[in-house]
Amino acid sequence: MSLAPSTPVVSAALRTTVAADAPRKWKIPIAFTVFALIVLVSFGIIGDSREVSFGWSAASDAVKISDLTVTSRAFCIVLGLVMAALATAAWVLSYGRRKIPTWLIVPFGILFVWALVGWVGSGGRVPVEFLLTGALALSTPVVFGALAGVIGERVGVANIAIEGQLLMGAFLSAVTASITHSLVAGLVAAMLGGALVSLVLAAFSIKYLVDQIIVGVVLNALALGITNFFYSALLNNNSATLNYPGTLPFLPIPFLSDIPIIGGVFFDQRITTYAMFVLVPLVWFVLYKTRWGLRIRAVGEHPLAADTVGINVNRTRFWTVTVAGLIAGLGGAALTLGSVGAFVREMSAGQGYIALACVILGRWNPWLATLAALLFGFSRNFRIFAGQAGSTIPPDLIAMTPYLVTLIAVAGLVGRAVAPAAVGKPYVKA
Amino acid sequence: MSQAVVDAPASTPPNSTRGSELLREILSGGIVRTLLAVLVGFVVGAVLIIATNADVIAAAGYFFSRPADLISAALNAVSTGYGALFRGSIYDTSALDFATGIRPLTETLRFASPLIAAGLGIALSFRVGLFNIGGGGQLLIGAAFAGFVSFHWHLPYGLHLLVAGFAGIFGAALWGALVGFLKARTGAHEVIVTIMLNYIAGSLITFAMRTPVLQDKAAGGNPKTPPPDVTAQLPLLLGPGYALHLGFIFAIGATILYWWLMERSTVGYRFRAVGLNPDAARTAGINVGWVFVLAMGSSAAFVGLAGVNQVLGRVDGFTPSIDSGIGFDAITVALLGGSTAGGVFLAGLLFGAMKAGSPAMQIQGISPEVLGVVQGVIVLFIAAPPLIRAIFRLPKPSLARITPRRRARPSRKAQR
Repeated sequence: MSLAPSTPVVSAALRTTVAADAPRKWKIPIAFTVFALIVLVSFGIIGDSREVSFGWSAASDAVKISDLTVTSRAFCIVLGLVMAALATAAWVLSYGRRKIPTWLIVPFGILFVWALVGWVGSGGRVPVEFLLTGALALSTPVVFGALAGVIGERVGVANIAIEGQLLMGAFLSAVTASITHSLVAGLVAAMLGGALVSLVLAAFSIKYLVDQIIVGVVLNALALGITNFFYSALLNNNSATLNYPGTLPFLPIPFLSDIPIIGGVFFDQRITTYAMFVLVPLVWFVLYKTRWGLRIRAVGEHPLAADTVGINVNRTRFWTVTVAGLIAGLGGAALTLGSVGAFVREMSAGQGYIALACVILGRWNPWLATLAALLFGFSRNFRIFAGQAGSTIPPDLIAMTPYLVTLIAVAGLVGRAVAPAAVGKPYVKA
Repeated sequence: MSQAVVDAPASTPPNSTRGSELLREILSGGIVRTLLAVLVGFVVGAVLIIATNADVIAAAGYFFSRPADLISAALNAVSTGYGALFRGSIYDTSALDFATGIRPLTETLRFASPLIAAGLGIALSFRVGLFNIGGGGQLLIGAAFAGFVSFHWHLPYGLHLLVAGFAGIFGAALWGALVGFLKARTGAHEVIVTIMLNYIAGSLITFAMRTPVLQDKAAGGNPKTPPPDVTAQLPLLLGPGYALHLGFIFAIGATILYWWLMERSTVGYRFRAVGLNPDAARTAGINVGWVFVLAMGSSAAFVGLAGVNQVLGRVDGFTPSIDSGIGFDAITVALLGGSTAGGVFLAGLLFGAMKAGSPAMQIQGISPEVLGVVQGVIVLFIAAPPLIRAIFRLPKPSLARITPRRRARPSRKAQR
């Protein structure tokens, strides 16, 4: 059972020959135009004439950049014009039956978000660094979960249990770090916790051939039950000894952390965030540039062919899913040690499911999945910002937006995503 | 469509009667396996209760000098916990008269009603080879529709309840049918779509509860609805001494309807055919896309009944947390019940009993959260038949076990 639209896979060679008389696809240009018009007209021309100041640096920064103050209307009109230019480029590309590249879509989205921030923040100050650091912090667990999901699906195992892995990692890291007084031990325990859930998932779906989605859902229920029970039976009354792990220290990188904006966002973070910076490119590199990655993808796309050339399909799946569990578990540690410290019941709060959505929204690519996770993180932080800025947009509707975007993307309205062909199908050697 | 072609593999041998079918089901391990899974679940729960009990931990300190202390402390902890569960969910043995003693059982039935209804909904989706994780969202939409009618329209007794109930079921069905439509039209996977729709429904209903559409004027900005009109409330079944209401009768009705729909009706036959093999069903002339829409709609309609039950079975307004995990528990109920009408009904009763008995366990100092682990373990073992067979050295199932009618899982091939 794959988590993707069931489109026939057309080989690249076939696609180019068909391209000459294929129908032109207008979805992206139309969407671009609509968004450009929203920014140009609603935010710009009939927008707010008050000033908005973008605060680049916090009071404590070594190097300060003075605030940029512009009128919200002018700011949005300028951005709207740039977006209109990008939309025009999209129309031209679509007319020529060419694919609209990702490097055009991503900046377009970023421009829209900036315009939105400028519009909402009019009449006040926009703390840029707070917006970005907050978004990064909120999306860290989701990124880890999404990476685990990408690896799992690439090898052909649909992992619904990310939620359970995050929860297990969060629980074990908090408890282990409290008992051993070692944050490192907590991190290791979190990874082992995630891997443990992965092992059960792998054993049931690969050895016992149980439907992967069902095992995943059941494992989530089990992880929730176990952590809830131990929380109320043990942690609640002994929080000083069992649930007081402390938090990972911020580790500013010398010199780099003094760079305005970027320094605070990227180079003054906890080790979990640095681990994320390393892992995203690493996962991409392993998947696409190494022999192991080639095997992983082969097993996920065509297990029979992989088996024919001598790859042990089930063993590859088993160990790859387990390694992915280590990563997801680290995401759990990011929830506790990398954030508030103590474990709280049901603290993953559906972030594992969001990670799953990021896998698909990111088209099974580590970079894009990370980008999708950042979108979710940003939207959560934006909701906080909009509340503080006294925005009239109902907060519930802001909260809804990323889910709606995912739904629209999954429904194929913004281009189809093709999953690894063998996701969810157990491989039984004939 | 050609019934004979598709039905051939699914039908039981012609000479089998209902009685022998049941016997074979028992002998081949279906029911035995379920009972063993439940047993394993409670044993694991007992181990957890023992391991976290303060008396047991104290007694373990001097285990080698007085081992009997540890054993008696362990037995004491388990009997306290499960005893409280029994007294809180079936019969209160400390009660003076039967009328008070039986009250816990009526509470079990009350808690079981929405679980049964929602469980039937999820079970229906399984039988069509779909995986509906959207119970939470569908329940919420159903609750909102039923709630809207219950406090904004003012109708006479009987009619009001009926209209509000149907509004809730209809709203949920529409929300569910959207999933089927997206799957049929664009191939979007229902798991991810239903997860997203859960969140969207949550935000949407919370938003509506902050606007005059659903908000109680007395709630002061908090998302909460007004109470339903008395005319729309589900009437109590056993008088004012018991909280059990008409919702339980609805749950029984839904169970019978589900049985008829899936085992006897043409629509149900098409549902099952698509669940077994969508390609074969398409070849046989079934409009598979339309079946997806219809099946997700019907699935959500049952879940919507659970929402109606939640909203009209109370005297005050409700908040976005009205779901209280029922949408998710329904998945485990459907799995445990093997997606059959009777199985889901019994599984709903078991889970309802656990909900009803939780407060009594809490009072005895045993964390009722242990029941969450028990439920998780039960369905884990239900989901993996080879595992429970390996533990208890049960024989391999005969072919009759694998008849799709009894299969809990959606077809693995449903997507391709």
